[in-house]
Parts: sequence; structure tokens; C-alpha cells
Amino acid sequence: MSRRNWPLSIAAILVSAVVFLVPFAFILLMAGKDRAQAALLDFSWPAQFRFVPNFVDVVEARDYMLIIAYINSTILTVTAVAGMVVLAAMVAFVLQRRPGRLHGLINFLVLAGLIVPPAVVPTIWVLKGVGLFGTMPGLILVEIAFGLSFCVLLFRAFIATIPRELDEAAVIDGAGPLRLFFRVIFPLLRSVIITAVVVQSVTVFNDFVNPLYFLPGDPTVQLTLYNFAGQYTAEYNLLFMNILLITIPPLIMFLFFNRRIVSGMTSGAVKG
Amino acid sequence: MVRRSPYPQWFYLPAGVVYGVLFVVPTFASFYFSLTRWTIFESHFIGLDNFVAFFREPALVRGFTNTLIYGVVTSGAKVVLGLALAVLLTSRIVARGWLRSVVFFPVLVSTIGVGLTFTVLLNPERGLVNQVLGAAGVDGPGWLTNPSYALLSVAMVDVWKGVGLATLIYIAGIVSIPQEYLEAARVDGASAWSVFRSVILPLARPATVTVIILSLIGGLRSFDLIWAMTRGGPGFTSDVVASVIYKQYQAGFAGLSTAGNVVLFAVVTAIVLPLSRFLNRKEVEL
Repeated sequence: MSRRNWPLSIAAILVSAVVFLVPFAFILLMAGKDRAQAALLDFSWPAQFRFVPNFVDVVEARDYMLIIAYINSTILTVTAVAGMVVLAAMVAFVLQRRPGRLHGLINFLVLAGLIVPPAVVPTIWVLKGVGLFGTMPGLILVEIAFGLSFCVLLFRAFIATIPRELDEAAVIDGAGPLRLFFRVIFPLLRSVIITAVVVQSVTVFNDFVNPLYFLPGDPTVQLTLYNFAGQYTAEYNLLFMNILLITIPPLIMFLFFNRRIVSGMTSGAVKG
Repeated sequence: MVRRSPYPQWFYLPAGVVYGVLFVVPTFASFYFSLTRWTIFESHFIGLDNFVAFFREPALVRGFTNTLIYGVVTSGAKVVLGLALAVLLTSRIVARGWLRSVVFFPVLVSTIGVGLTFTVLLNPERGLVNQVLGAAGVDGPGWLTNPSYALLSVAMVDVWKGVGLATLIYIAGIVSIPQEYLEAARVDGASAWSVFRSVILPLARPATVTVIILSLIGGLRSFDLIWAMTRGGPGFTSDVVASVIYKQYQAGFAGLSTAGNVVLFAVVTAIVLPLSRFLNRKEVEL
């Protein structure tokens, strides 16, 4: 029974290589070409490898815009993901442990957060009202608000597997709610927190729409890439070097956290 | 003496404030502002004029129908291809783990990056796709420049990028089917096709429901891939509601843009809610 199906395997490997790997190979090849050859747009081996000069050119373009964008995106991703994880864990904890009057309303709001498309212009209006439009803190809070639902669902399912006896023991030992949550429960969530952090970091890092609307002044990596494509229309080698640089952070995440991402995306999805 | 609960409700508060101010309030505000002529600073109540415009102007109507087409096409293709790939990737083939990774990786890549890359690959004269087709003797169309293909070409790229997630969800569903069922079917002499038809397909139903709902929600709201590849063009032939919202916002028509948001809200909930209720009910009957 354990005979492997060789012909099917080889066909699958070939087809997947053509369909899924050729576009990435294309990015890599284009990023290494000189300007004239890149303009041909064909799938060919670079006549001369110019990875380093292209890299330097992209980084220096428009007064080191890419460096600023990377710094902005890093700040955005780290703070937004940290914020949504802590806030969502607090909600999920009480939501799972204490079925009360608010229970139904909160479950409804969590599901609404997954389905309802955000109302962009009214959000801008609110942000202007509180003086946060076009600022990094404003965008961070927006990302937190939009990411909460996913995290709450993920955490609630996990907290259900933590025995209540643990809470009771901590309470008898004199722990208040804050201590109970941050010293007992939160550390136990470690594995699911890693999952949430990885999935949400990729989401926030790749986000284009929210920075476009809510932070028009400062560049993030996705916005920079988009604007770059509009301005450097003749320099495809630099454009693809930019794409390559933006693909590397998710690739690193993927190499290190493959299983986490897979479990997070499927479990979160199936429960949603 | 009342003991204080170790699960205080104020734990809801920080998340509730952020979520309430930046998600709930704008959602409710959108219902009002969609009925106004609005510049973000000033609003005049004009009743349903924005919605009338939305369903009279050909450009906006096109965005509406395109949204439905895009959502249904991408969601359908992800169900079919995701299921096929999942069956393949749970069968006895070599390099299974590697293949799963390859299929999944595009899910994590920047949508803008994917969009720009495929814009070049789909270039009518010099793009790789048409060069390969040309070598095979087929005259490839202007995928993104021909009005009748632009939307579907973007949808194809969307499927390329998103099918990995559908595949993963299906793999999780298929792996959780008890082995005894599959063995029992084989002992009874069922062919591969009837195993698929009568065992895998019905028992992977929860996965199907998830894939349909998730990809519909994503597809109906889709913006960045379309914006990166065609900006709704040529003309407005590949516009969707989400890109109309952005265009009207940029043009300063905040009220019309918000009406677009309300239309999108209505479309998503009117499709997703009854569908998920219907699909989940049949699951119980099984």
C-alpha cells in the first residue's frame, strides 16, 4: 500500500514549479539585470549580474525613501501586533470564562469585525476628530481595531483548553485579576500567541489599503513600492529589486514559522 | 460579602474603546453620511441621491456588477482548485511537504508585489505568458488592456495568490476524516472517483463552507490587487466597488464614496450571512 505514485509526483512537481516558482524566479532574474535588458521584460538570464548596484540604487532612490519606509513599517507592525495581541487576549479570557450579559453582544461584534468592510471615509472623519489622522499612532490604532476579531477567535478557542482549576488556585493564593491574567494565563498562551503574531505581522506588513487611506504622508513599504512603480516606469530592474526586498521578510517568517502560520490560518479560519 | 469576580468586565474596555471608536462608530456614521453631500468638513443632507447616482451612472453600476463577478469567480475557482490540490497533496506522492509550501507561499507575499509582477508577465507583446503562447502558435490577448479580459485576468492572479489558503483548509479537513471510512470504502471495492465523490467530498463539507465564505468575503472587498494591476481600467471596465470608493474619495466626493461603502456592506452581508446560515444548516442535517 505504501507504493508512491512516481508519475503523478513528477507531473505535480513540474506543474507547480512552472505555475508557482516561475514568477518568483522572474522577480529574482529581473532584479539582477541592467536597465536595458530589464526593459525587454523577457524571462532570460541576466547578461551581467548587477544585484549589488541595483540594491544600492533602490535604497538610495528618492533620498533613502526605502529605509524610511522600512523603519515606518517595522514600527507599525511591531506596535500594532503587540497591541492587538494583548487587548484581544484580555477580551478572549473574560469572554471565555464569564458568560454574562455582554457575552452575546461581544460575540456579535467579533463576527461583525470579520465580515463588515470598514467604512473608510467615516474612519478618516473620526481620526480627524480625535486629531490622529495622518499620524502613525492613528494608523496603529486602526490596524489594532481591524485585527482584534481574528485574534479573539484564535485565543478564545485556546483558553477553553486551559483548566479553570488553575485560575482558582491562583485566586486562592491571593492573585487579583491582573496578576491572574498576566502572570498565569498570558504565559500559557505562548504557542497560540506566536501563531497570532506571525500571521498578523505578515498581514500588517503587507497591508496597502489602510496606510493608503490613513497615513498618506509617511511612506510604508507597500506604498513606497506602489509609488515607485508609478515613477520609475523605465527602470524595471530597480522595480523588481524593490519587489524582491519586500518579499524577503515574509519569506523569512515562512522559513522559520511554516507550521505556526499553517495552523493559525486554518484553525482561525475554520472556527470563524 | 460579594466576592469580586476574577474575570472583571473592564478587561473588555481597552479593546472596546479602540474597536468602538475606529470600527463601530464609523460603520454607523457611514449610514448617515451616505445620505449627504459631504466634504469631511461639511455635510448637507440630500436623501438617497448618492444611491440613485450609484445605480444610474454606468461607471458605478459596472463597479457593482464587477464586484459580484469577481467575488463569485475567485471563490468558485478557489473551491475547485483548492479541493483538487488538497486531494493531490494528501495522496501518496513524493515531495508532499515541499509542494504544500510552494502552493502556500504566495499567500504571504505582498499583494502589490504580486500585482506588479504579473502586470509585467501579462504584458501583451513582451510578457512571458504571451511569449509562451506565441511559441505554441496561439495569439495571446492583451490580458490587462482588453476590456473584456481585464477583470478576469486580475481574478486569475487573485486565485494564483489565494489558492494556497483554500488548499490548506481543505488539507486540514481531509486529514481529519477517519481512516476507517476510507479503508471501508476501499474494502467495498470503491473506485478512486467514488471514494472522492461519496466519502471525501461530503466529509470535507465544513472545509468547503469555510473556503466559500472566506474567499467571498475577501473577493467582494478586494481592492489592492485590482488597484496594482489595472486601477480599474481600461476605462472603468475592471472597477469594483472598493476601487470606486477610493476614486470618489480622491475626487472629493466623500458622501458618494461612503454610499459605496454602504453598498459594499449591504452586498457582503446580504450574500455572506444567508449563505453561511444555509451552508451550516445543511451540515447539521448530514
